[in-house]
Amino acid sequence: MKVIKTYEKDFYAPMPTEFTTKMRTNIFWQFYRFLVINYKMIRMTRFH
Amino acid sequence: MAKIVILGAGIAGNTAAMYSRSFSRKEDEVIVISPNSKWNWIPSNIWVGVGLMSPEDVTFELAPIYQKMGITFKQAKAVSIHPEGNASNDKGYVTIEYTNSSKSGTVEEVSYDFLINATGPKLNFGATEGLGPDKNSFSVCTYGHAVEANNALQVSIERMKKGERQKILIGTGHGNCTCQGAAFEYIFNVEYILKHNGVRDKADLTWISNEYELGDFGIGGMHIKRGGYITHSKIFTESLFVERGLDWITRSHVQMVEKDRLFYENLEGEEKSVDFDFTMLLPPFSGVGLKAFNKNKEEITSNLFAPNSFMKVDADYSVKSYEEWKSSDWPTYYQNQSYKNIFAVGIAFAPPHAISKPMKSPKGTPIFPTPPRTGMPSGVMGREVARSITDMIRTGSDKPTRSASMSSMGAACIASAGAGLFDGTAVSMTMFPIIPDYDKYPTYGRDINYTFGEIGLAGHWIKHILHYVFMYKAKGNPFWKMIPE
Repeated sequence: MKVIKTYEKDFYAPMPTEFTTKMRTNIFWQFYRFLVINYKMIRMTRFH
Repeated sequence: MAKIVILGAGIAGNTAAMYSRSFSRKEDEVIVISPNSKWNWIPSNIWVGVGLMSPEDVTFELAPIYQKMGITFKQAKAVSIHPEGNASNDKGYVTIEYTNSSKSGTVEEVSYDFLINATGPKLNFGATEGLGPDKNSFSVCTYGHAVEANNALQVSIERMKKGERQKILIGTGHGNCTCQGAAFEYIFNVEYILKHNGVRDKADLTWISNEYELGDFGIGGMHIKRGGYITHSKIFTESLFVERGLDWITRSHVQMVEKDRLFYENLEGEEKSVDFDFTMLLPPFSGVGLKAFNKNKEEITSNLFAPNSFMKVDADYSVKSYEEWKSSDWPTYYQNQSYKNIFAVGIAFAPPHAISKPMKSPKGTPIFPTPPRTGMPSGVMGREVARSITDMIRTGSDKPTRSASMSSMGAACIASAGAGLFDGTAVSMTMFPIIPDYDKYPTYGRDINYTFGEIGLAGHWIKHILHYVFMYKAKGNPFWKMIPE
């Protein structure tokens, strides 16, 4: 039997594309994001 | 010579102790009173709870560290505060009861010139029938609880390996819980562990919480710029849940936990139940229940503490509706207004109100998260209060010099969603300010340029590195002051 998920709550949530999912663990992209996130977090420390 | 006494040696207490020692004069004495012999990096307890770390990885003995730093350590629990001293002496003191094996039960009076209350919370499992590791649910609030949770989880995993289907329920165990982030991390790490054990298809994972929507986290959620839109964290969080096949129940107050069934009431007033084989539910928090007495031995607990046993500080505690809340209601200096030499930091201070909008079911049951004040803000409060006190000692003033209001403070947070050097992920978030300010930022309450969130392996690397960095810092190793809170 087919499982049809329309009108269920999880039908409305945005789902990442395969590309987006792969980039989350792509070493090179994530190394770049590591630098960006660190910059953003260190920038936050100036507010206290 | 001045004496600074700190109750509690968690993130806020330990930070306050280290900075108090560092900024005070040589002749001043810093005393830490904590019932626990070990310091615990609580954010990593979720990894103990899934077997990825051991208790030894997230703790260390406090006594040798404090001895090295010149801090007096008393392994004891505080019982009462006497801010006016007694009939023969005007100096304030605290009554403590030792918890270490050699002096267990011994009572002592410890006088102070300045007192920092950093006791953290009482884990109030008693608020919900059947809640807690001694009863029918598990917890990751302490490393001991996390070990027990992992042991039970491994039993469930073994059953799944034998082909048995398991229902796993994770979230908050009461309508007024906080720290949804810790439960969020736990459900995502359990899901990760199940995948690694090849049994993900044998488990039904369900989230249950008192949040109005997923992604509230007790801070009313937050808006972030993403893909050309400004979106609420609800969208982002729901996406993460659906992607991993996690079901969710929100707007719920857990009424009772039985051996394999949980009963809850939701904001619509419906009473429902859900079955489980394994459940980890966070308890609500309250203050640790310290009493206070004046010089004549009359109880003045209500002068120092709010009804929830958290300590009153320089916040605006007048009763206001959600629409009347101001970010300026939140404390600036964490100084008690009746006794200017007493401060409270971290979870120990009484917040003026929640951050998330208060909600009640038709039966009058409050179902909304109470405000989180752990981690980075706790450390900052500990540091700034220590600096205020050491300034006050030098100048003789009763006015604190350093502010650390959560309404003008930003926060960075990493929520683990699976630990693996190359396949782990974590949600990295920053927000400014922590307390939404709808006067300054009318639409979203926060500065969108400083508020962001994303998930990826980089977040896991940062979370993992921070584990070691903060353990290093908490031990007072060389250059510890260069590491931010």
